[in-house]
Formats: sequence, structure tokens, C-alpha cells
Amino acid sequence: MSKTLTIRYFAIFREHAGTGEEQVTLDVETVADVFALLKDRHGSAEPLGHCKVAINDEMANWDATVSDGDTVLLFPPVAGG
Amino acid sequence: MQISGQPIYPDKLRDKLLDEAAGAYVSFEGWIRNINEGREVHRLEYEAYEPLCVSEGQRVIEEALSRFSVLHARCVHRTGMLALGECAVWVGVSSGHRDEAFQACRYIIDEVKTRLPIWKKEHYADGDSGWVNCERCASHGHSHEELQARISDRVR
Repeated sequence: MSKTLTIRYFAIFREHAGTGEEQVTLDVETVADVFALLKDRHGSAEPLGHCKVAINDEMANWDATVSDGDTVLLFPPVAGG
Repeated sequence: MQISGQPIYPDKLRDKLLDEAAGAYVSFEGWIRNINEGREVHRLEYEAYEPLCVSEGQRVIEEALSRFSVLHARCVHRTGMLALGECAVWVGVSSGHRDEAFQACRYIIDEVKTRLPIWKKEHYADGDSGWVNCERCASHGHSHEELQARISDRVR
């Protein structure tokens, strides 16, 4: 089913996407599906296992389901400290 | 847990951990180093997603407080462009005795580095720049275990 989502990009993902935020309509079930589609669209190569994701400001697992209207935050590999 | 665009002054932060029941204070400061993996670094740029850094950082601190039974613990992480020698992250812990303060401080910095949505971009002497942990892990396809092994080697 098609869902309209707000996607927020950070650090290298923002550079790849050329924007910090965009609205997309995708035929997806989970955030892993969102990641796979947008990774191809924007030419990102970072493996899913190194990245993190949040839905509506809550950290989520990659198998979490997205709903129409959700904001999905895609975090490339973190490097604090 | 605090994310700050302003310089970190550890002495002022330390005062917030004072407690008459505390016999130990342990702190960690992460500084900007002039070299990384053989490349000369001129400055570092930190980006953080503050709402989740604060909530996840607070969770880490609460885990440390209950796991090691320390009295107080705080952490501050910088954002923005930092020069060589600047303090990028500070962790402070006060407790009755030193053992648990060392353990809690180590726990907090290790978890902060791997769990908080913070990214750093290195700006090199040759004018090039790169996001740490991104281009390399993508181009070489390192597994998490390989990265961990490399980190352990470096610590050793």
C-alpha cells in the first residue's frame, strides 16, 4: 500500500539526498523497505547494519512498520566522541 | 545529557557533581586530535540530532546510575566546528568509591559513542573532508565485527 512519509536525512545522507527533508510516497511496509528504496534513489552505499532509524522521534528497529503520515529519520553510521 | 554549540568548561561542569557523600570523581574528556588513520586533520565538524541525543543520552546515564550505583553522572557533547585541542565530549561521575565511578564513566562514553545520533566530519590538511565511519564502511563493506576488531586493536 502506498504511504506518504516525511523523510529526514542527516550528515552524509543529507549530502547524498541534497536535502535535509522530503516528502515521498512509497509502496512500503517497514522502515527497512524505506531505507532500501531511498538508498538506491540517492546513491548511498552505507550498509543497513551500520545505520539507525527513528519513527516520529522514537528509535525503531528496522522491521518496524511505517504508517501513512509518519516521519522517518534516517541516521547514517554514528561517530560521537 | 546536554548537546552544546558552545565550548565545554569541565571545571564548571564538575561542580555540579559535588556531593558530601562522594569520595570519588572520575571524568573523561574527548579532545580533537590532529591525526586520524594516518591523515592530518585540521578541524572536526560535529552534527547531532538533539532531541534523540538528549533522550538516548539520558537513558544511558540512567543505566549507569542504576548499574553502578553512582551518585551523579552527566555528559555534554559539542556540535559545530571544533579546532584541534578543543573538548568534544565530557563525562563526569561522582560516587562513594572510585571503582564504580571509573566503571560508570567508561560505560557512559562507550554507549554515547555508539548509540547517540551524532556524526563528525573530518577536515584534512589537504583540503579534503569526510564523514567518519561512512565512506570507509560503505566502500569496504566492513562488518560490524571487523570494525570492532579494528577498534580493539587500536585500543590495545
